[in-house]
Amino acid sequence: MKLNLKLKEYWHKLGSPRWFYQITTSWVTFFGICALLLLATGLVWALAFAPADYQQGNSFRIMYVHVPAAMVAQSLYIGMGVAGFVGLVWRMKLTDVAIGACLPLGMVLTALALFTGGVWGKPTWGSWWEWDGRTVSTLVLLFLYIGIYALREAIPDRDLRARASALVSLVGTVNIPIIKYSVEWWNTLHQSASFSLTEKPAMPAEMWLPLLVMVLGFYCFAGHQVLSRMRLEVLSREATSRWVLQLLQGKSAEAGLGQSSLIDHGRD
Amino acid sequence: MTEPLTLELTTLACQRGGRVLFAKLNLVLGPGTCLELLGANGAGKSTLLRTLAGLHSQYQGSFHGPSAVYQGHRLGLDELMTPLENLAWFAGLESCVFDQHKALTLATRLGILPLVHTPCGKLSAGQQRRVAMIRWILSPRRVWLLDEPLTALDIDAQSLLNQIIAEYCASGGIVVCATHTALSVADKSILQLAAAPEQSSW
Amino acid sequence: MVAALLLREIQILLRARASIVNPLAFLLLSTLLFAIAAPKLVAETSHQASGILWVLVLFTQLLSLDAMFRRDYDSGTLEQSLIMADVPFVAVLLRIFVQWLGTGLVIVIATPVIGPLLGLSWAAVPGAMLALLLGTPALSLLGSIGAGITVGFSRGGIILALLVLPLFLPVLIFGTDIVNAAAAGLNYTAQIYWLALITLAALIVAPFAALAGLRISVEMQ
Repeated sequence: MKLNLKLKEYWHKLGSPRWFYQITTSWVTFFGICALLLLATGLVWALAFAPADYQQGNSFRIMYVHVPAAMVAQSLYIGMGVAGFVGLVWRMKLTDVAIGACLPLGMVLTALALFTGGVWGKPTWGSWWEWDGRTVSTLVLLFLYIGIYALREAIPDRDLRARASALVSLVGTVNIPIIKYSVEWWNTLHQSASFSLTEKPAMPAEMWLPLLVMVLGFYCFAGHQVLSRMRLEVLSREATSRWVLQLLQGKSAEAGLGQSSLIDHGRD
Repeated sequence: MTEPLTLELTTLACQRGGRVLFAKLNLVLGPGTCLELLGANGAGKSTLLRTLAGLHSQYQGSFHGPSAVYQGHRLGLDELMTPLENLAWFAGLESCVFDQHKALTLATRLGILPLVHTPCGKLSAGQQRRVAMIRWILSPRRVWLLDEPLTALDIDAQSLLNQIIAEYCASGGIVVCATHTALSVADKSILQLAAAPEQSSW
Repeated sequence: MVAALLLREIQILLRARASIVNPLAFLLLSTLLFAIAAPKLVAETSHQASGILWVLVLFTQLLSLDAMFRRDYDSGTLEQSLIMADVPFVAVLLRIFVQWLGTGLVIVIATPVIGPLLGLSWAAVPGAMLALLLGTPALSLLGSIGAGITVGFSRGGIILALLVLPLFLPVLIFGTDIVNAAAAGLNYTAQIYWLALITLAALIVAPFAALAGLRISVEMQ
């Protein structure tokens, strides 16, 4: 019972911008450091130390960027869908901040996944692009992202934009497994001659360990990026409130700037 | 399910894009009240009416009242259909029986009887607004939310409008009317929307 | 309420006959374009016909979706429906149904003409009609979600396409598969079930989402 109350309290606090900002200050640093360490380790390990694939030689190493990018891109969209659901049901405004923060990174990572997929494909299977289950699903994901991006550009009113984005993210997220299933069905009928990722033989540990490190590194990077963007947006929305002004004045004092150089009046 | 008789606004302040538009309102409007809403352009009159009609969901505070007839800048008449067909549709929406006889009587009073079988697209703005007036009267709802109803009306129509509002209030209806030209209705109250105090944009 | 709503929909449908003729005209026109630009493609009764037919159906549906709520939105009738109707949800559902009557059903009826023009074999036409009969309602339903959200945009056509085409994808995949199977004489019962399932799921979910989208659009005015 007590745990239930505590969880509810935590949930409602999570919707408060000020509390969110305070609690994520340490998270951002944590994710940032982890991302740096994991990505550095992962990249070196993947590029230099992991064994070359006996079939594909060294070109398969692009997988160490391609797979994490695709995984995080998809997770970000699902995250947007969940945020959309929470936003529509509980009317938390932070969820819109979350959606806005996930969007640019998600788009870039999807594009990166598509691009690195092509780069991987050319030396390995001879073509830049094949229409199979994975490629089509990832391409559709890109369009889902672009759709929400275009939608947000088209609605100037912030609250309406939030509701529309939440609705579209939710519908899109529900659509993802349906698309995946139907594209896989389609794929079984249009079996291309090229090598499909799902039929890959089991990877030895020397290969999938650096992959795991890279995947974790990408996730930490995404966490760092999304939280940073969210914090920035929170600051900008709350710019005239007292806690933000105090925060900025505190920071300017630390940086040795004069107080008068910052904000004019403290307003509540 | 009985509807409340009064329209109550409790610390109601409409918002748009996070910005509060006017100072909080605390009002109780009983049956027979005619409330004139005044304020500069952009003060939030239309937004307040839309909020009370249920079309605008960003607001602080609360309000409670019977269901309302709303007349905005867009008339809500289908251009391809005649006034009678439009009125029949409105009655159907509310699952009411369409009183054609009453509609024709009102059309006569408003001077548009010869036009009742002409598609609304061929009527002038003023004529369409007269059709809208019939719609308000035919509806059983006890609140009218009118956004600048005097627009495009000639002198005769304006006086008819004032008469209709007066009759409606006399029969116990509540009218909230945003207007730049004063209504000539006896016993009307006036509400001037005041600017909101400074607040956070969240 | 339903009777009044239906009556109005039919009155509009009869008086603005362009809403029925335009989709058909577009479909015929694009068929003509294919016949001229890629004659070899349509000369053989190949399995390309299925894909081309469905893609053209999707585009026709997109064009028709743009105007689905626009008239009512601009005239103010939409907001009146939301305020005055006993059950606004039913009003939306009826509008989707009538849109389907004017687009999807017309396409189904036109299939015996359009299909063979695109190279579809006669054996495949009944299968194509069944697939379209099951699939076009899903297109109207899913499309109404996008139409509801974008009705307030002045140039919302592209955004509508971006939002709605990913939703159309499963219908496209199963639909083309049914027609291909019909052309090859194979059994396509499983695909029929899947398509029917998609349509049913759309029927349950789409009107709510469309109504939510419409409320957002109305608030934008």
